[in-house]
Amino acid sequence: MLYQIFIDPFAQMVDMPDFLIQVVWEGFVAGILYALIALGFVLIFKASGVFNFAQGIMVVFAGLTLVGLHEAGVPAFLALILAIGVMALLAVAVERFVMRPLVNQPEIILLMSTIGMTYFLIGFGEFVFGGEPKQMITEELGLPTGSTAFEIGEQGLVILQHIDIAAAVIAIIMVASLALFFNKTRIGRALRAVADDHQAAQSVGISLNQIWAIVWFAAGIVALATGIMWGARSDVSFALEIVALKALPVLILGGFTSIPGAIVGGLIIGIGEKIGEIYWGPLVGGGIESWLAYMIALVFLLFRPQGLFGERIIERV
Amino acid sequence: MFYREAGQFKTTYAADQQVFPILQDRIGVAVILFIAIAVVPFVANDFFMSAIAIPFLILALATIGLNVLTGYAGQLSLGTGGFMGVGAYACYKLATIFPDVPIVAHILLSGVFAAAAGVVFGLPSLRIKGLYLAVTTLAAQFFFEWCFIRIPWLYNNNASGAIEVPGLKVFGVIVTGPAAGSIPRYYMVLAIVILLTVLVKNLLRGRIGRQWMMIRDMDIAAELMGVRPLYAKLSAFAVSSYLCGVAGAMFVFFYLGAAEPSAFSITLSFQVLFMAILGGLGSLVGCFFGAAFIWILPILLRAGPPMIGIPIAAETATHVTSMIIGALIVAFLILEPHGLARLWQIGKEKLRVWPFPYA
Repeated sequence: MLYQIFIDPFAQMVDMPDFLIQVVWEGFVAGILYALIALGFVLIFKASGVFNFAQGIMVVFAGLTLVGLHEAGVPAFLALILAIGVMALLAVAVERFVMRPLVNQPEIILLMSTIGMTYFLIGFGEFVFGGEPKQMITEELGLPTGSTAFEIGEQGLVILQHIDIAAAVIAIIMVASLALFFNKTRIGRALRAVADDHQAAQSVGISLNQIWAIVWFAAGIVALATGIMWGARSDVSFALEIVALKALPVLILGGFTSIPGAIVGGLIIGIGEKIGEIYWGPLVGGGIESWLAYMIALVFLLFRPQGLFGERIIERV
Repeated sequence: MFYREAGQFKTTYAADQQVFPILQDRIGVAVILFIAIAVVPFVANDFFMSAIAIPFLILALATIGLNVLTGYAGQLSLGTGGFMGVGAYACYKLATIFPDVPIVAHILLSGVFAAAAGVVFGLPSLRIKGLYLAVTTLAAQFFFEWCFIRIPWLYNNNASGAIEVPGLKVFGVIVTGPAAGSIPRYYMVLAIVILLTVLVKNLLRGRIGRQWMMIRDMDIAAELMGVRPLYAKLSAFAVSSYLCGVAGAMFVFFYLGAAEPSAFSITLSFQVLFMAILGGLGSLVGCFFGAAFIWILPILLRAGPPMIGIPIAAETATHVTSMIIGALIVAFLILEPHGLARLWQIGKEKLRVWPFPYA
């Protein structure tokens, strides 16, 4: 038993390096997607202190809008622009009807309101676009399909999907531009001021309403990108909602307010989860992917509650 | 006018400390109990009993469980479904291992297993709180769901992977399984829910309940005043999970009859959470309001439009229900963050001064 836990998995890794690399790559790509979802959370949390539970459903909703519009006969790129427009509308609506009346409410109330929004968006999305999974319009958007195989060792083979590489590149570009936006622009600084203290920011002339609309719109764009990437790998469906809950351990690892933290946390969770599932999962019957991420986060919490890059030390009890 | 405590003097400590100090409340509770015990089973049809009354009572108990933790002790939990599942599977194992012991004992005992699980996953709450705690309860939720699927011993190696409830008897009447009539099941559920609600009500009034509320309102001050967070938080987790476990066991034994692991998914956790929020966090009567609202509203939405002549597809009804519930939650948080229980309280205050609104 001990041999199976502590030695056998590592022996397997050394025996088949190509398989290990494939597993790590799969984990890496899953991690990128977790990171993108977490990025949306971080954006909103940074700018308004709201933990946006609805980010997962926003991803689904954005993807569905894009595909749904295309199915209705709109050309792919026009559909993309329209989907961005829909996300902007959603951002304004959320600001106007949810965030503005709830200003200065306790954290838990804001969290609950986003759970309510989640249910509303699920119902609305299914009502408008139907509940069935939809095929993402990958080729029409000019995203690469196909795959490349690398030979490693004698007969080892690692297969990389082009769409995964594209996902990684887009994630990197997005993070870089968001980091620039937050640190170098006037709006970015205003966002951080709002995050620190709503009332103080308001008293120096920052318009909360405007900032919130902007930040929800930014989160909507991130959601759309995530939706496209996720949809290209599998279908666009409401099953993604459960996957979005994985962003929670990612955030714990990375810290709630750190954009690089979201990326690093996502990668750790993604890769750790896949390796655990492939090498240790069979010992207990498989399928441990569903809870391993939370357990990793749980153990991590005991040692470093503020996360890898978190700035604020959370209140100790 | 109708609801006035003026003139009701308490002359003993016992009278001052009773659960319902106002006469009108006592009459109201007696009337509700009378209706629940003696009127509903003889008036209502089988559909109402099986599909509305029984699950409503069970979910109200689960909501009380969550409310103890989230509303009274201030610890956010998203793992209610998992703890309910623990209770259900524990009860199933107990009932199949000891078939001769009365089923009531099994159901009350199965909560103990859920309580133990709750304490284990509540341990991190000593160091963390808020959203961070939500992760540990989510871990419990997904871990237990995985256990229910992957550990064949839990469901006695059934080929279907589901648990099927055997027909068990209490005083010679079959009360569980598909053969049981709705009235015996209703009485079993009602008895257990009343018993546990009274127990929780008294627990909340006493030292333990006050400690929970102190921890919720300001944990550091509570600690300075001599509340030990370790005991207060873990006892809240234990009591909460116990109630959820009992509710889960009843959910399978008296309502579903057979359950797959998906019955205890995160959807159930959220459903119970909504009941607690809409009913009012930190209110026992709110749990019943919330459970009634969230459970009955979808049924009405499905049954209502066809009744008044508007044909509506089942799917559309589900989607619209989801939208309405989501919108209602947001609206409630904005308009009345204390939930239906607060509306009830406002109503009582209005009745107190009626017909003079400014008296």
